Amino acid sequence: MSSGMSVIVRTVTRFTYALIIVFGFYVIMHGHLTPGGGFQGGAVVASAFALALVAFGTAGLKGALNRHLLQSLEEVGALAFLGLAFAGVGTAFFYNILANSGSVFGGSDPAALASGGVLPLMNWAVGLKVMTGIASILIIMVIGARKEATE
Amino acid sequence: MNALLHHAPVLLVAVPLLGAFAVPLVGKLGSGLRRFFVGLIALLTTAIAGYLAASFYAAGASPIVYVLGGRLSLPSGMVAPIRIMFELDGLSVFMMLITALAALAAVLYTSSFWKERSGATLKDSLMLLLIVGIFGMEMTGDLFNFFVFLEITSIAACSLVGFRVWNGRSQEAAFKVMTLYTLSGLFVLLAVGLLYGQYGGLNIAYLATMIGSGAALVDKIALGLLLTGLAMKAGAVPMHMWAPDAYGEAPGAASILLVANSQASLYGLFRVLFTLYGSAYSPQSLAWILIGLAVLTIIVGVTMALVQRDLKRLIAFGAVSQIGYMMLAVGVGFAAMTALQPSDFGFVALQGGLFHMINDAACIGLLFLAAGIVIRRAGTRDLQGMGGIAHDLKWTTAFFMLGAFALAGMPPLNGFASKLMIYESTFRLSPVLAIVAILASILLLAVFLRAFQAAFLGPRTEPTDVMRPVPISMLVSMGLLALVVVAFGLFPGFFVDRIVTPAAQALWSGRDAYIQAVMSGMGG
Amino acid sequence: MTLGQVPFVVSALLVVIGLYALLFKRNLIKMVIGVSIIETGVNLFLVTVGYRAGGQAPIYTYSDPTTLRVLPTPQALTLTSIVIGLATTALLLSFVVFIHRHYQTLDAEKIKELKG
Repeated sequence: MSSGMSVIVRTVTRFTYALIIVFGFYVIMHGHLTPGGGFQGGAVVASAFALALVAFGTAGLKGALNRHLLQSLEEVGALAFLGLAFAGVGTAFFYNILANSGSVFGGSDPAALASGGVLPLMNWAVGLKVMTGIASILIIMVIGARKEATE
Repeated sequence: MNALLHHAPVLLVAVPLLGAFAVPLVGKLGSGLRRFFVGLIALLTTAIAGYLAASFYAAGASPIVYVLGGRLSLPSGMVAPIRIMFELDGLSVFMMLITALAALAAVLYTSSFWKERSGATLKDSLMLLLIVGIFGMEMTGDLFNFFVFLEITSIAACSLVGFRVWNGRSQEAAFKVMTLYTLSGLFVLLAVGLLYGQYGGLNIAYLATMIGSGAALVDKIALGLLLTGLAMKAGAVPMHMWAPDAYGEAPGAASILLVANSQASLYGLFRVLFTLYGSAYSPQSLAWILIGLAVLTIIVGVTMALVQRDLKRLIAFGAVSQIGYMMLAVGVGFAAMTALQPSDFGFVALQGGLFHMINDAACIGLLFLAAGIVIRRAGTRDLQGMGGIAHDLKWTTAFFMLGAFALAGMPPLNGFASKLMIYESTFRLSPVLAIVAILASILLLAVFLRAFQAAFLGPRTEPTDVMRPVPISMLVSMGLLALVVVAFGLFPGFFVDRIVTPAAQALWSGRDAYIQAVMSGMGG
Repeated sequence: MTLGQVPFVVSALLVVIGLYALLFKRNLIKMVIGVSIIETGVNLFLVTVGYRAGGQAPIYTYSDPTTLRVLPTPQALTLTSIVIGLATTALLLSFVVFIHRHYQTLDAEKIKELKG
């Protein structure tokens, strides 16, 4: 596992890695307009991590992906989501304070990127949580499996 | 209505959720700060629950509805009638109080372990998450959200069972429990899908109005799935095998939350039986199925407890048998309610069963917490290897004894008060059942006396842990539960009138009020 | 049986297959796969409940308001259930990893410390 896979897999991974991540961010960004959203986009980004993990093995990732940093980012994503939900508590929990307000995400055109009030922000929060969450699950599983192999 | 009270239902879920996610970040600043933070969140949650309950009872116990996201009105002027909401009636508030008690005791207990173990941050986070899920299950007025909260409790509970990854037994238990929990969750989801497909709604009150007296086949299948799933998760026979594994392998403080979790599933079962289907479709046969399962659960729980050598598994089987008592009482109440001539003893049975829930949470919790200290001190969970604990741990011994006597239904403790109500009402329906229940209770006393004798009495054994006094917060936590055990036993009438009767009323005749609280707001 | 009923039958079949795997397979990974198959069956059922023949996806902003659309609620439910399914599967698999580390086997029959 730790040694990674063949040259073909590694080369293809180098090409597609960035593309997958960009596509994942696209899905998160347009979550309020098109099918997809924070979870789906985050899962796509995490799949890039999974691909790299399989292709290069755990040795190559040690410096690049710090598990503790990932877990902290995951908490930040969750807290941001909850914070946005709390923001509406003047009216009701989860009340969309930015919708139709005319400010940043309060556009009236329902198809514009800058619309949907707090929804895009929540998508980003969820996306951050999911991509870091799945990445750390993958790392933990790989570490568990590797320890097993050396025992 | 003031703002805090208005938002209290959602804060009860949101505050521990915020805590659960903030704990790892706070934990980076130091473990002392983290414990303080977790304790603060638990106290805050309990305070909100207490405040909500106090004003709920003061206002005459009429259902509270909280709509998430506010009322939505589209530009066309159309108002979305039913949205995701929390709905609290007497039963929900009563269950909420039980959960708040268990949560406070668990967090206090865990806030000072003798020494910090690895994974303590994770444990705090998961415990708060479990509290979120339990509160959510008890308050939600939406069937799908009920499933979501059910799954939150499943995931958090199983992680708590299995977070000691260095222990093979806990992994095995966690795998078993998770498989069964997932299965029960999928049964519930399938039922939700069936009801949605049939009626196009997910709100419990709305669905309750749609289910006719001659329930369609789809309704019956959905009812079967819901009851199977929830009984499985509550730990009723024949799907009880996960319960001793889970209770036995989870850390002491988590065990009491797992008990609260089982009770929340039981709450779901009652909600489905009495509110969702209720007077519209309630055949007598259903009551007898419930009673049959309950009696089996009592018998299996007690007899399996007899042969246990592991202290925690022994208590766990005791907990399984108590789930049987609650189901028995509510089954008797259901039978009396659905009979052609509804009789009053059914209401007493409901009161007894519900009262027993809070009593069970207190005395089983007390036993688990005391057992946690005993096991830590003795260094083993095997009763044969223990002995003489009473010489050093006076308070723990007293608390364990109190819990055991209360659980077995000895007067004047709380277990006696509620079991007496159960016996009385069950006797009116069927004397044989009452006798079985009483005999099982006596047998349970014998089981716990044996455990007490093995663990606490006898010559002093070499303690494996360093001799140190039990931390004060653990004693406070057990003292809290002991106070409930004694107070509810000495003044049962006082507490039954104030908190149990509104809950029993909600089951007995509160269905229309529950539905009305949501459906009357449709136009506005 | 009409064509519209096929998905219901398939989802029922998936649930049964999954239950079979869960009850009769001894390999822990296969049991996890069984749970996943039941999940898929339930999810398929939910999506099918919301399907209207010829309906459009409910997400398209500029779609003709008069056209028939698929119900969005079951899709949201399915999505939630998929997310939950991911979490439970990940958790189950993690337990399997640790069980294998402790017992060096995945055979459910051989891992029986907890009995009675």
